[in-house]
Amino acid sequence: MGDHHKPSGIKRWLLTTNHKDIGSMYLIFSLVMFLIGGVMALVIRAELMFPGLQLVDPNFFNQMTTVHGLVMVFGAVMPAFVGLANWLIPMMIGAPDMALPRMNNWSFWILPFAFTILISSVITSALGGPSAPNFGWTFYAPLSTTYGPASTDFFIFSVHLMGISSIMGAINVIVTIFNLRAPGMTLMKMPLFVWTWLITAYLLIAVMPVLAGAVTMMLTDRHFGTSFFDAAGGGDPVLFQHIFWFFGHPEVYIMILPSFGVVSSILPTFARKPLFGYSSMVYATASIAFLSFVVWAHHMFTVGMPLAGNLFFMYMTMLIAVPTGVKVFNWVATMWKGSMTFEVPMLFSLAFVILFTIGGLSGLMLAITPVDQQYHDTYFVVAHFHYVLVSGAIFGIIAGVYYWLPKWTGVMFNETLAKWHFWSSVITVNILFFPMHFVGLAGMPRRIPDYALQFADFNFLISLGGFGFGLSQLFLVAVVWQACFKRKGKAVTDQVWESAEGLEWTLPSPAPYHSFTTPPLVK
Amino acid sequence: MSEKTTQYYVPEQSIWPIVGSIGLFVTAIGAANFVQQSTDFVASNEGSLGGLVLFAGVFILVVMMFGWFKDTIRESLAGMNSIQMDVSYRMGMLWFIFSEVMFFAAFFGAMFYARWFAVPWLGGAGAGEMTHEVLWPNFQAIWPLEITPDGRTLEAMGPWPLPLINTLLLVTSGIFLTIAHHALKENKREKVLINLAIAVCLGFIFLGVQVYEYYHAYHAMGLTLNAGIYGSTFFLLTGFHGLHVTIGAIMLLIMWLRIARGHFDSENNFAFEAAAWYWHFVDVVWIFLFFVVYWL
Ligand SMILES: [Cu+2]
Repeated sequence: MGDHHKPSGIKRWLLTTNHKDIGSMYLIFSLVMFLIGGVMALVIRAELMFPGLQLVDPNFFNQMTTVHGLVMVFGAVMPAFVGLANWLIPMMIGAPDMALPRMNNWSFWILPFAFTILISSVITSALGGPSAPNFGWTFYAPLSTTYGPASTDFFIFSVHLMGISSIMGAINVIVTIFNLRAPGMTLMKMPLFVWTWLITAYLLIAVMPVLAGAVTMMLTDRHFGTSFFDAAGGGDPVLFQHIFWFFGHPEVYIMILPSFGVVSSILPTFARKPLFGYSSMVYATASIAFLSFVVWAHHMFTVGMPLAGNLFFMYMTMLIAVPTGVKVFNWVATMWKGSMTFEVPMLFSLAFVILFTIGGLSGLMLAITPVDQQYHDTYFVVAHFHYVLVSGAIFGIIAGVYYWLPKWTGVMFNETLAKWHFWSSVITVNILFFPMHFVGLAGMPRRIPDYALQFADFNFLISLGGFGFGLSQLFLVAVVWQACFKRKGKAVTDQVWESAEGLEWTLPSPAPYHSFTTPPLVK
Repeated sequence: MSEKTTQYYVPEQSIWPIVGSIGLFVTAIGAANFVQQSTDFVASNEGSLGGLVLFAGVFILVVMMFGWFKDTIRESLAGMNSIQMDVSYRMGMLWFIFSEVMFFAAFFGAMFYARWFAVPWLGGAGAGEMTHEVLWPNFQAIWPLEITPDGRTLEAMGPWPLPLINTLLLVTSGIFLTIAHHALKENKREKVLINLAIAVCLGFIFLGVQVYEYYHAYHAMGLTLNAGIYGSTFFLLTGFHGLHVTIGAIMLLIMWLRIARGHFDSENNFAFEAAAWYWHFVDVVWIFLFFVVYWL
């Protein structure tokens, strides 16, 4: 098996069953989507740089906010996590590959097709054709049913494809973890990245089918006369929101839990101390996942739910602060009195801990029903979820990429450029998102291309931050390009980082095409 | 233990996943075009080839499944599957069934929401008093919803006689399948074939009854997709269930053909068991449907 030939050319990538190849494709796909979604964000920020309408008409603005969200959620963050899972889980648990390698290929190759459908509707629209989806990434009915443009039907089927891809990817992860662990690798010895992904995969299998159900009801409401979201037939547009957020809230944990795992791997390495409270981390992750199923309507405090409903969802949501607090405490305690050094992965992890916590705290504010009446649908919400998703999820992904990149390529990346990437990102991300709290609290609504003059200064600043953050990501592209495609940089040892621990660091750098064909023994 | 841990077969490259991705792509484009065309949604789509593209996509998917399963079966017969792989397949199938359960949960959830919240509120319950007064003051909230707020009328589908017959058909089919399963474990091939054949036939009879029921609903009861939330939940729940019965019955039929060709034995029978689990899942969903959609 070890000298199993390594195919070359385009066929290698199209037909591969190798977890490392598939992981690389996922990560590169995600980077491309990150840049495309980023360009859409910049269109939004360019329009909002000054009050009044300058660049795009309001309908195109709506298409930008919609597709930016969809591309970032389903095209950038989720595939990046699956890419990391593909590369790392087999190496971390001592398995030769993913459990279902052909299905693994299928999961990946569905994605480029699904996003071709979605993004081509934006390109058509930009060239003067009919409108792309314009109802926000949450596609609430009746905006997406009665009032949805014709491209909505293509959107519906592309969501089905993304769902199929995610479900198959998640099944693969769960089966790999349950069935392919090396002898001696008990569940409670698994690295936290593996644990967080196991729980994420469970969430994916539980909620992606619900999303498929939601878009199916949209389709039949649009074309076959059903009344799911139509009060005239006894349905209810609010039903859409319930179904969507039953998917949507677990989805936001799908987008953060693997980053928790990444950061929990990196902090101990550079603090040179074992992770504080390993088992409490596992239980906290599981509790967060469990609670994520009973908090969905905190997105709907203003739709007129009965008081008991509002209170239930408020208390349940606040309860999530407990396990999340446990995690943040453990990360800080891991660093406490550690011999810390500040390599690039560590810098991004530190920024993650601080900035994710800010996003978590604003989340707590939003959870309080009476004050949410004021915050709902303002830029405060936009600030909140970009803190947890950009400086949370995406910083976690970037930290992970810098941490494992030398293991994947065999060379140390350009650390100077990477530090530039870190400092420019961490400064601009705060210029970009922090003032959004203020304009939001002052009442600036989200998803509107124009605003009152009083918000002009802050919006100018926010847009500057936005362009700065966008440009900063070119450093990432340069680093990845040099390390992956030019293999430029100092050769690294197997260990790479002085005190990194885990099975993946026992493999040569770069990791061979087939690793652990016979399982290692874990003591 | 050594069998379990020394080797995990990582299959060679395969053409089928990428064929499957292309198939899904063509299907998605065709389906979106087709629904627009066939429901006169977009006038400019008239004369476009939605139906044909959809058909082509489904055809590619069928070819893909045929080819993929052919490869897998060949490998299985060649004894390339370790016990550990068998476990992977089994776990994969169980998690797939769990995802299907959650798909149905979305539609059951919609039905319960309509029944417990949306319809009573439209009828003036709770905070819906003003909604009721302003929008449809004459609307009465009664489940099953036979008169919609905007005045469409229909007759709800009761549990007798057809749904009850269907329940008995599926449950009996499940029993015969279990007998076949036990017979396979004892390597009694004849007995497997007879019982499995009965199980499959009962499945197809179920589908026939379902078609008749739909025909009756559309032509004699005014119960259509268009008939408000009752019709919506009724047809989507029973319709997706019927689709799953069709898939399950085809799976069992293929298992019958494979057993007739001498595949499977008491040890090596993952595909058969997967099909059986799927059939039992479909069975359980029906029983739930029978109670909450037809009866209560
Ligand atoms: Cu939420």
